[in-house]
Amino acid sequence: MAVLSDILSQGVPVPAHRPWPRVMVSARLWKLAAQGLADGHWSLLDLSAEAAAVHMTLFEERTTSVAVISLDCPKGRFPSVGSVHAPAIRLERTIQDLFGLIADGAVDTRPWMDHGVWGVRHPLGEVTEPAGESAGYAFLAAEGESLHRIPVGPVHAGIIEPGHFRFTANGETVVRLEERLGYVHRGIEGLMRGADIGRAARLAGRVSGDSTVCYALAFARAAEVAVDVDVPARAHWLRALMAEMERLANHLGDIGAICNDAAFAFMHAHCGVLRERVLRAADTCFGHRLMRDCIVPGGMAVDLDDPGVAVIDALMAEIRRRFPALVKIYDNTASLQDRTVGAGTLDPALAQRFAAGGFVGRASGRLFDARRMIPYAPYGQLRFEVPLLVEGDVNARVWIRIREVEQSLALIDQILAAMPAGDICTGLPAGGGEGMALVEGFRGDVLVSLRLGESGKIERCRMRDPSWFQWPLLEAVIEGNIVADFPLCNKSFNCSYAGHDL
Amino acid sequence: MRSLLLQGLFRRPLTEAPPVPDAADLAALADHLDIAARRRLGRSLSIRHVDAGSCNGCELEVHALNNAFYDLERYGLRFVASPRHADVLFVTGPVTRNMREALERTYNATPSPKWVVAVGDCAADGGLFGGSYAVEGGVSRVIPVDLHITGCPPNPTALLKGLLSLMER
Ligand code: SF4
Repeated sequence: MAVLSDILSQGVPVPAHRPWPRVMVSARLWKLAAQGLADGHWSLLDLSAEAAAVHMTLFEERTTSVAVISLDCPKGRFPSVGSVHAPAIRLERTIQDLFGLIADGAVDTRPWMDHGVWGVRHPLGEVTEPAGESAGYAFLAAEGESLHRIPVGPVHAGIIEPGHFRFTANGETVVRLEERLGYVHRGIEGLMRGADIGRAARLAGRVSGDSTVCYALAFARAAEVAVDVDVPARAHWLRALMAEMERLANHLGDIGAICNDAAFAFMHAHCGVLRERVLRAADTCFGHRLMRDCIVPGGMAVDLDDPGVAVIDALMAEIRRRFPALVKIYDNTASLQDRTVGAGTLDPALAQRFAAGGFVGRASGRLFDARRMIPYAPYGQLRFEVPLLVEGDVNARVWIRIREVEQSLALIDQILAAMPAGDICTGLPAGGGEGMALVEGFRGDVLVSLRLGESGKIERCRMRDPSWFQWPLLEAVIEGNIVADFPLCNKSFNCSYAGHDL
Repeated sequence: MRSLLLQGLFRRPLTEAPPVPDAADLAALADHLDIAARRRLGRSLSIRHVDAGSCNGCELEVHALNNAFYDLERYGLRFVASPRHADVLFVTGPVTRNMREALERTYNATPSPKWVVAVGDCAADGGLFGGSYAVEGGVSRVIPVDLHITGCPPNPTALLKGLLSLMER
């Protein structure tokens, strides 16, 4: 059974789940779906849970369709997906930590988010007392003569988020990297339960600071489809404008930061100036440098006036004037290329298997961009290209980002030219429902699944960052590189800690 | 590249005039700061940043302090890689339970005299994350705090004002 619709037709549909179907399935169908993932028939978008059920979100590339299958697990167990499809392993470990549901046959049962200090176990399922002194975290073994280990973090040497990296090296060469994450776990899924829509939207905007627009947009879309209401056209266009400005700011900052990790501070300084210009324009136009809390369920909290349009026009002109010279320098500086070409290479097959989103996937031949594959307004009306490379090294990831900067500039022009006039917000009608949204952030696709109760309060909100499927790939690409190239490889991925840990 | 370098020599710098620290910040600090400590540290401070569970928004603005507009180093302020080199800890986030120990250890590894600046609304009282099973709810629950800089995130000017108030007075 290699067609998603076959599995769906055998399940029991859940009514009022929008815009994609969700069906309840048997354990047999659940296992078939997992096998389909392993065989590459579709890719895993998410694996999540509730107190007594698990949900698997699948994407079938051939038909560009998304579907959710759900399995009740009254006995607290479900068949492991990770045992056949590695991208699910960390998701299963998280489900075990937060909900106490056990994946039967799981290959890795170590805790992931739970570091043993919350004072509770399974905070979102059947809450129990902690078991007592934890035995410490069992890092995977790497044995051999002359191997040494380098522990790094959670407090890093720079201004970055916390996480732990355990390198095993043979001289300078990395033979294994193991990540340990969860340090930024704030329990957002728990805080969401019972929250009203306004508080929930602000929480969603604080999952990951560099993607605050993307998360607010994904959350708002999920809420709007859940209660089946559409926002005024102008709101869609303003949202896309903000999303492209966020992409621009992040790409500009990161291109410079990657070069900085190759000891080329010149690019960092110049790209930093351009990034700052974007943030200042956002502040002038929308009242917040990161455009936080600007997108709300039902529409927009701020509008763009004519002086604002002029500010963005001037910004576009400035970036167009300065950016090409920087690209030329990147392209012509051999000492820089020497560090980025061939470093941290991600095999296209692995990118495909992990459904790597964003520039990580697109630099390794995986052509997926939610704006194009599963378009949402107004992208269906906009012209843009999705750049693609197959080399998969640091250099390829830089080039994808350079091309995306150019695409975002073109998109912003089109958006400003065609922005419809009118209202920017409708009320969100009372009532419940289930909704999902997949939104392309600068880092990749962010997925939000939401269930609103009849009272309008949040019953369940799951937000899946693209980093879930990029972090494990970072472990893979660093193998065989030298320790000193890790910062470069890491920055070229720029996975989110906060978005992953939630 | 040469033309860009030349432009860099002859164009007016982008760097902006320093902001004036807020009177309120200064007053708050006066209560906390040991004058002798300040005299010993002089007008140059090394800052160690610790993310104790931030959404990363605060980090983005802390980063911005190093760009050409704010150019932190001209004040004798710089970010350092180790708490052992630091006079000031710059702590962001609501302090997750999973980060509590790392924050305490970083604080203990920082030589005295030292100051702790809690950066952002989360660091003040947990912000929107307060009440979660996974957060402590503010930096002062874990280590003593000398100065709060509010905002979500505080913009670079607010961060600069806060830092300058540490050195002036
Ligand atoms: S104060 Fe705001 S920006 Fe800073 S960590 Fe908290 S939510 Fe993020």
